[in-house]
Amino acid sequence: MQMPVDLKPQQMRYIPPDTPFRHPSPSMQCDVCQQNPATVFLTQILKGELQKVNLCEACSKAKGVTDPTGFALAEMLWGLGTTDTSEVARERICPACKLSQSIFRKSGRLGCSMCYQTFRESINHLLKAMHKGVQHTGKTPAKWEPPAPAVAAPAPDPPVNRLHDLQLSLQLAVDGEQYEEAARLRDEIKREESS
Amino acid sequence: MKFNALLRRTPEWMQTSGPHRDIVITSRIRLARNLEGELFPGWAKKEGRFEVLAKLLPHLNSLPEFQDAFIEDMGDLDQIKKQVLVEKHLISREQAAKSAGSAAIINPEQSISIMVNEEDHLRIQSIRSGLDLTQAFAVLDRLDTELSTRVTYAFDAQLGFLTACPTNLGTGMRASAMLHLPALVLSDSMNQVISAVQKIGLAVRGLYGEGTEALANLFQISNQHTLGENELDIIARLEKVIEQIINHERNARAKLLQDDPNRINDHLGRAYAILRHAHILESKEAFNHLSMLRMGSDTGLLPVELGKLLDTVLVEIQPAHLQIASQKKLTAPERDVMRAQMLREKLQQLPEPRLL
Repeated sequence: MQMPVDLKPQQMRYIPPDTPFRHPSPSMQCDVCQQNPATVFLTQILKGELQKVNLCEACSKAKGVTDPTGFALAEMLWGLGTTDTSEVARERICPACKLSQSIFRKSGRLGCSMCYQTFRESINHLLKAMHKGVQHTGKTPAKWEPPAPAVAAPAPDPPVNRLHDLQLSLQLAVDGEQYEEAARLRDEIKREESS
Repeated sequence: MKFNALLRRTPEWMQTSGPHRDIVITSRIRLARNLEGELFPGWAKKEGRFEVLAKLLPHLNSLPEFQDAFIEDMGDLDQIKKQVLVEKHLISREQAAKSAGSAAIINPEQSISIMVNEEDHLRIQSIRSGLDLTQAFAVLDRLDTELSTRVTYAFDAQLGFLTACPTNLGTGMRASAMLHLPALVLSDSMNQVISAVQKIGLAVRGLYGEGTEALANLFQISNQHTLGENELDIIARLEKVIEQIINHERNARAKLLQDDPNRINDHLGRAYAILRHAHILESKEAFNHLSMLRMGSDTGLLPVELGKLLDTVLVEIQPAHLQIASQKKLTAPERDVMRAQMLREKLQQLPEPRLL
């Protein structure tokens, strides 16, 4: 399936270890461990700026650089560098397992069952595009009993950073190859950013 | 059960013949389950994963399906053994990358396997011959219900079974069938089939799941959505689509045989000659020729009994199986020689394909 052009992962170039460019300078150190000589050189254009990272064999493997499916690479390496402190301060963190929204965004995986309460809003955005419906209709575990209606409603969610939620949804949509939904979310983010 | 005993035993699905066995190799169902109150494996610390494993093992051990089962911590299996289990579709590639604290449990018939601490605490899988998703689910449903009386699953009234990745929410069920579609590929219709299937919310993948190439004209078709539809409806919808694809493949075979006999004779003749006489064979080449022989056997140009042999060989010529058979690590060129040798031996008795 063809990705919409502006949703392409950050442009990057991986120079495989067996090319002549492998050792341009023997003294170059790995940017991550600062110990081993770098043998993998990555160049990517981030927001119009050229960024270079030099890695040793071990760190490049650890970071999944050599994995062709590992397009989350840029984020892994730089934490995408865009989360300024004000955003970090407002970032949601699951009280049960301490998984943060940005980690969820990077990995697309949750930390525990409580995360579904913590990040409910972001996840709900996606369910419609990701699934056939938003209500489970399949089997239930033998021991499970539906929660009594008398239980008090859960405390309202803390104030939401809507842009954060949308970006998260976008990331998940791209991961889930829901490109139509992704394009819609991208436009919504643009509107949100300009408003 | 030890690894070698497991290896010696022919999996049940290879011995039996399910519906549409000529086109559908296997049907598989997997359920994703997690324990309430425990961090998901990918986010848990090592100790957390060990705790979950220790909690689950006694329950899994006592299930009647797993009497005399193969049970092994991933930390105790070397790379080649793990890869053998992947090649047999008993564990996932992701599980093979795990170490201590994750485990594989496989029944002696190799029809049910459980992965502990893969992406979720439990990934329960059943595999059957032919197009038989309903029965594959029935087996797992029983086992899953039994387990849910013993441990508390993470479950939500709206979202269903809670999984590490939201794409598995709801039923946590992935139903898939492995289809052999050589005639659709030869007649350049496969891309149309793939895009039609994707449009209705199903996924088409290669031999080893996500991101893998379609080798040997084998395609896995599975449900994409897990929430909003119950297990039996998902299976019914999937089976209906698969039955249509089977019809398309049968028609494409008939048409090829009728319209283009030279092409079929050529493909079969080349496959026969190369597999019987080559001394260096890469997997891809071997796979594609084996696919042609299988189509020959399905369409009566080669003996029908050949089908089962080909299914076995298809697994045995894969890298880890070759290395286990030769009891040493082999480089890729060494494997290509060994693969060719094995095929020459296995197909020694193969008669020449009947000409159209």
